[in-house]
Formats: sequence, C-alpha cells, structure tokens
Amino acid sequence: MSKKILIVFQDDHDILVGAKKLKEMGVKVSNVWSPFPIHGIDPVIGLPRTRMSMCAFLYGATGTTLALLMFWYMMIHDWHIDIGGKPSFALYKNLPAFIPVTFESTVLCAAHGMVITFLLRSKILPGVTASNPDPRTTDDRFIMQVIVKDSDNESAIVSAMKSSGAIEVR
Amino acid sequence: MSEIVISAVRDPLVLGEKTYHQITEDVCRPVEGKANKWWWASFITAFICMCWGISCLAYTIGNGIGSWGLNKTVGWAWDITNFVWWIGIGHAGTLISAILLLFRQRWRMSINRSAEAMTIFAVVCAGLFPVFHTGRPWLDYWMFPLPNQFGSLWVNFNSPLLWDVFAISTYFSVSLVFWYLGLIPDLATIRDRAVKPVSKFIYGTLSFGWKGTARDWSRYEEVSLVLAGVSTPLVLSVHTIVSMDFATSILPGWHTTIFPPYFVAGAIFSGFAMVLTLMLVARKVLGLEEYITIQHVESMNKVIILTGSIVGIAYITEFFIAWYSGNPYEGYTFINRAFGPYWWAYWSMMTCNVITPQLFWIKKIRTSVIATFIISIFVNIGMWFERFVIIVTSLHRDFLPSSWTMYHPTFIEMGIFIGTIGLFFTLFLIFARVFPVIALNELKTVLKATSDKSHKNLGHHE
Repeated sequence: MSKKILIVFQDDHDILVGAKKLKEMGVKVSNVWSPFPIHGIDPVIGLPRTRMSMCAFLYGATGTTLALLMFWYMMIHDWHIDIGGKPSFALYKNLPAFIPVTFESTVLCAAHGMVITFLLRSKILPGVTASNPDPRTTDDRFIMQVIVKDSDNESAIVSAMKSSGAIEVR
Repeated sequence: MSEIVISAVRDPLVLGEKTYHQITEDVCRPVEGKANKWWWASFITAFICMCWGISCLAYTIGNGIGSWGLNKTVGWAWDITNFVWWIGIGHAGTLISAILLLFRQRWRMSINRSAEAMTIFAVVCAGLFPVFHTGRPWLDYWMFPLPNQFGSLWVNFNSPLLWDVFAISTYFSVSLVFWYLGLIPDLATIRDRAVKPVSKFIYGTLSFGWKGTARDWSRYEEVSLVLAGVSTPLVLSVHTIVSMDFATSILPGWHTTIFPPYFVAGAIFSGFAMVLTLMLVARKVLGLEEYITIQHVESMNKVIILTGSIVGIAYITEFFIAWYSGNPYEGYTFINRAFGPYWWAYWSMMTCNVITPQLFWIKKIRTSVIATFIISIFVNIGMWFERFVIIVTSLHRDFLPSSWTMYHPTFIEMGIFIGTIGLFFTLFLIFARVFPVIALNELKTVLKATSDKSHKNLGHHE
C-alpha cells in the first residue's frame, strides 16, 4: 500500500530545495501546484521537456501548405484573371504577391493550433472544475504531492521537508 | 533553481516591500471592490460617446457613404485615417508583450496586460472603419475567399487590401488568444479568492479550470514564448501591409519605399503614447503606483524618443527624396503638403511628432508624470494628423487640376470617430473592473529579483 501526502511551502525556493531532497531520498513527487512557474523544478521531479514548440512548427508548416494550395487553386487553376498584367499562369511566377498572406496563414495556424493543443492536453477548458488541492496555490502557497510507499520512512520524509521550509504536511 | 540575478545599477520595479500575497491583494482589489465615482463618471461619458457613434453608424448604413464628406477626388479620408491610427495604437501592446518578452525586459511585466487589452480594443475600433466604408457592410463576407457561387469571383490575392483582411484578422485573433492565455492563471487566482457564489462561478468558468501544476506551467511558458516569437514578425507584418495599401499605388506621396519601416515606427510611437495616457490615469485611479513606477514611465518615454526620432527622419527623408527624384508631381505633392491649403495639418503633425518627443531627452521631463501625460496627448494628436496628411493631402490635388478640391468632414464622420473613442474607453473601463490589470502571477516571478526588499539585501551584502 502507498499513500499520498501533501506538503505545503510558502516560498518557491524552499519547495525546490525540498524536491531536491526527496529526489536524493528516492521518493517520488507525483505533482506540484504553484501560483507561478518554479524555474528548474521540472528535471528534479522528472518532467520531460514539453513538445509544444514542435507542435507549433508542424501547425505552421500546415498553414503554409494550405495557403499555397489555396492560391494555386483559386488564382491559377480555377479562375485565373489578368490583373494589371501580373503573371497568372503559374504559381511560382505569381508567388511574390502571395507571400504576405502565406505568412499570415502560417502564423494563424501555428498560434491557434498550438494553443488549442495546449488547452486540450492540459485539460484547461470551459466548464472544467479546477483540481488544485488548496485555493491558496493560486496565491502564495506551493504544494507538492508525494507518494509514500510502505518501504519509505514517512517520518524521515516529513522531518526533511520541515527542515527545508515546509509549513504544513497533510 | 537558477541563480537570481539582482542588478545593482537598476532601480527596483516593485516598490513597497511586497510579498506574493500582497501582490495578489493589491491587483485583485479593484476587481473585488466597488467602482468609485471617477470610474462611473468616465464610464458614463465613454458610453454616451459610444452610443452617439452607433447612431452615426446606423445613419451611415441607412443613407450610404454619401453621408460622409468624401468626394470624387478625395475617396479616402477620415475613415482610413482613423483605421490606421487605431491599428497603430494597437501595436504597442504586442510590442510590450511579445518583443519585450523576447528581449527579457522585466519592466514589461506590470504594463503588458493592460497594453495587450488596449491592443485588442484598438483593433476592434480600427476594424469598424473598413467594414463600414465598403458601403454595404452586410456583404463584407465577400472579403473572405468564398467560392464564386456566393456572388463574387474569388478574392484577388494580388491586392494589398486583401492582404490587410488577412493581416488584421490574424493579428486580432492571435492577440486575443495571447491576452486570454495570460489571463487564465490570474482569473484562477480571483476564482480561488471569490466569496460570492456568483463570482466564483463566473471566474471559475472564465479560468477554464486552471490548476497550475508544474506540467501546466512548463507548457504554458513554452506556449507563451512561441506565441511571442510568432507575434513579433506578425506585428511588424501588420503595419507593413497597412503601409502597402498606400505604397503599392502609383500616387505621388504614397508611392514610397520607406513606408513600411516608417509606418511600423509610427505605430509603436503612437501606441506607446496611448499606453502612457491610459497607464498614468490607471495607476492613480486603481492605486497601482508601486507597480507602475516612474521607472516604467521613463522606459516607455525612451521608446517614444527612439520611435519619434525614426518618424522625424522619415518625414525629412520623404521631403528630400521628393526633391532629389526630380519628379515634378512628387515634388509638388510635398510642397503642397507643407505650404498648401492643409499646411496647418502638416505643421501640427511636425510639431507634435518631431518636436515634442525630443523634450524627453531631459531627464526631469521624462520622469515627470504630468509632463509625460501632456506629451503623450500631443503624440496621439500628432499621429492622427500624420495619417490625415498622408491620405488627404496626397489625394485632394490629383493629376487633373480641374478636379482639385478640398475635403470637409461631416458631423456623421466625426460622430463615428468619437464613437470609436467611446467604444475604446468603454471596453477598457470594463476591463479594468472585471479583469486583473496587472499580470499578477507573472509579476511574482520577478519579485525576488527587482523589488525594494531584494535591493535592500543587495546593500546589506556589500
């Protein structure tokens, strides 16, 4: 059997020190809630680097492709018009005039695609009830959730946390 | 944790020995408390202006564009002037939130939220003008690439006016998302502090169930950084494309290759002036002097000197090139601008945009709240005249002297402009009551590096 305990800190530096101690003791931190990002805690609690920027690149590339396809279909293939003698028989010849909208389409798809992916992956959506364990984690409290196995020495963990600045363990 | 670097040569950005909790308290106070009489007075004034604007717009829809002062020679005037002016104002918000994020400027923290809000409201005001200038706004969906069966041909992707449709709509939607994403954690703070069930429900819905786990934050930070990365070229592209509406024509006075950088600098210039106008009032009314400090004001004033000087050089370069090109039409347009019947508009522009911002070289002036407020108003007016000068003076005396004429705005046009100012302030005042005007959780990340407390410790170690 294992049980979950919540360790409450009131400073971002203290929680980082606490997380490092737990890592040395071989105890698993299962979650951390904080009012703002704690820089440097991700590797300590074993979080891999996020791939959001990779998503943005892929969505952006999709946007570029879609825009070029749209120009080719509308301006070259379906209904090409002679506008002021500008080249209208091949996409690559008319491309300079299409660059602004290609760029806008790239940005539009990259930005919205990435944000929608983020909201879905993190389950931040209208109608979702927040699951932070204490309302103060959006103000000035930093909470770490630790899974204590039977083999772990719970009182040693608690005293180590208290010594690194924890104000409450529950 | 990466070491906190405290700069000994810079003054702290957060005054008054704040704790994390005090930041929350100070920023949430205007949202949770009751509005004072100043808020109500300004809100009612702005709301009346907005209603007047709506009635003028309704009159325009009913009677057509003939109700404006436009004529055969001057086909673009107040409407496009206002459009470019509002879009330009919007640019400061994205500059503060995106470009200064990439440059790691900490002073952006206290002002980015309201500057971004200003961007969105300014773009809303800007968008109204081209929408109604089409004359038949109910057919505006023709601007989107819809199949030919909808009544028109495919849109023309060679036209800068269509580029504008894409640029403005992308800019608006990306800015809106960027702004709202930043708001989510702060709305969650208000949700978790709310006592009344109604506000708990409203802020609970608005905050999308934000919980703030380490996973969320690491994604959030990366998303913000990438959004800043894509918004930076986006904001430059938007005003570049707006300038191309003019620069790609063959009209003397518009057909100028320096328009893109000149317009972008002018946009940032006017935007910072509007941010200052709003912030100097907001910091006082909302009691946020310890967060929006004189140092913030001074930094913004430095941006105004830089962009104001770029704009000044652009004016002089245009004049020089008009002479140097040897093109008689180009030369006449510029002589007519400065000494023709619209000389007053040209010299108002020169005074407000070139001379007044240079006063900020004096430290006493750029650190004075009252002087900054007055100069910011001057810049707002000057930048409106810049667009008016570019548009109307280039059009009113064209190639055919028999069609030379003057342009006189009607009350309807003026009413619509005043209406957009009313709309802008109505939206901003509602924003200041409903949402946290400072990115409070983001601000907490720099508290240890740049506050009164951190600087006190710094002195202690020496």
